[in-house]
Amino acid sequence: MAFDSLSAFLAMGGHGVYVWASWGVTGLLLVGVVLHARAERRALLRDLRRRARRAQHHGASDAAATPVSHREGHARES
Amino acid sequence: MWAFIHKLGSPKWFYAISTRLQPWFWGAAAVLILVGSAWGLAFAPADYQQGNSFRIIYVHVPAAFLAQSIFVSMAVAGVIFMVWKIKIADMAAAMMAPLGAAMTFVALFSGAVWGVPTWGTWWMWDARLTSMLILLFLYFGVIALRGAFSSRDSASRAASVLAMVGVINIPIIKYSVDWWYTLHQPATFSVTSRPAMPVEMWAPLLIMVLGFYSFFIAVTLMRTRSEILRREASKRWVRELAGEVS
Amino acid sequence: MPLFREPEGGAGVAIRATLKRDLVLMMRRRSEVLNPLVFFALVITLFPIGISPDPELLATIAPGLLWVAALLAALLSLDSLFRSDYDDGSLEQLLLSPQPLPALALAKVAVHWLLTGLPLALMAPLLGILLSLPAGSYAVLALSLALGSASLSLIGAIGAALTVGLSRGGVLLSLLVLPLYIPVLIFGAGAVQAAILGDGVSAHLAILGALLAVALSLAPWAIAASLRISING
Repeated sequence: MAFDSLSAFLAMGGHGVYVWASWGVTGLLLVGVVLHARAERRALLRDLRRRARRAQHHGASDAAATPVSHREGHARES
Repeated sequence: MWAFIHKLGSPKWFYAISTRLQPWFWGAAAVLILVGSAWGLAFAPADYQQGNSFRIIYVHVPAAFLAQSIFVSMAVAGVIFMVWKIKIADMAAAMMAPLGAAMTFVALFSGAVWGVPTWGTWWMWDARLTSMLILLFLYFGVIALRGAFSSRDSASRAASVLAMVGVINIPIIKYSVDWWYTLHQPATFSVTSRPAMPVEMWAPLLIMVLGFYSFFIAVTLMRTRSEILRREASKRWVRELAGEVS
Repeated sequence: MPLFREPEGGAGVAIRATLKRDLVLMMRRRSEVLNPLVFFALVITLFPIGISPDPELLATIAPGLLWVAALLAALLSLDSLFRSDYDDGSLEQLLLSPQPLPALALAKVAVHWLLTGLPLALMAPLLGILLSLPAGSYAVLALSLALGSASLSLIGAIGAALTVGLSRGGVLLSLLVLPLYIPVLIFGAGAVQAAILGDGVSAHLAILGALLAVALSLAPWAIAASLRISING
């Protein structure tokens, strides 16, 4: 252990602001990336399920799904 | 071998395999980053010159490594996509680019913050920081180019070409910036190149680097799986899969 | 157009025809040749006004200013490199021709350099006088710009080819191309600086030549691939 107490650990020998700012931003960014990836996946699955339900209602499962997916792909890219 | 690669290149197979691999990489990333953080922040000895501010190295260097590796991975994926027309490679490349830009930003930010206790200023035109800044612009270029095309196939191929051109240029840029820096700032104190770091200092660094790489692989696998669902939404297996998950 | 009437004439004929056609076209649109030069002079005029008319200060920053301004002027002209050919469909013809596309693209880039890079290099010493560039570095300035701008044209053509099909490609083009220009800028401005300090300039010029050799051997293929993407996509 390089520090004697919790306050010494937080102070980082006077460099606390710099160390914790760097680590904080890095940590936030990593967590943000994970949350974004999860939200993206959930939104996609929800969308796919909704589309499947709609296709069942209309009875034409193959025809309904294709154009929608096509348009959304473009919307994301532009 | 070839059969295996072609199977891997099919979205359905890749989806199945990456679903199985993904938890391992998440686990490895979590364990390595947590252990490395605790070790680096609390247990590694302070630097005799920089005191505790050197602990920034444990986020700065892994992020910088990853930033460069991701660009190279993107270019390799671009080659695979252009030569063998394997769409998975392009999906992965598309998902890697924002993470690479984010890592470049982390390296730049932590480098700038580190500059305050070491150089007394937020920004120095240090060779490493300058190369990182240029790398950030290269990432922005690839992301913007991919977004500018309305046809997905054109976007994929254009981004692949640009990633390849960029990766050929990265070493040239790096060497010329190094040369430029030594010309204008002879023999100043460099943050990361130090003689013989003791084991207690570089062991946590190694762990953090490995942790960041695992994190990159895990995120890329996860987001590539999402991208497969997005691009293959009309395929039967995707619709069946969506029904199962619900 | 003789280029497409006799495809059996071989690549040499096609390259010469492309060179001649582009030269004639560019000479007819004089403003496109003159605009980068005027831009170059204007930007150089802005610096003493914006910074200070002090000759000593200007002399120290002159190599960098001249190089950056020339680089931006060359960048400005890139968008039109393939634009008009794309609009009138002759780029498509170029792609359909049986001749190797990289060679034809190289011919187009050569014309671009001849009418943009070379004039900029010849004009730079004049603007060097305005910035009181120390004597003895004028020839090196022109030579480094002539060598470097060839690399700039080659690298820039990749970006121009990638963005020619896009309606708002202009800003994107500079984002793609400027980071790749940095090594050329470093060694080009470095050559002029070395000439001012009295150091040998052959190393810098040799590196500029090496960069040009790399660009010459790789860029034509990248340009050709990019043109195919822009036309077919």
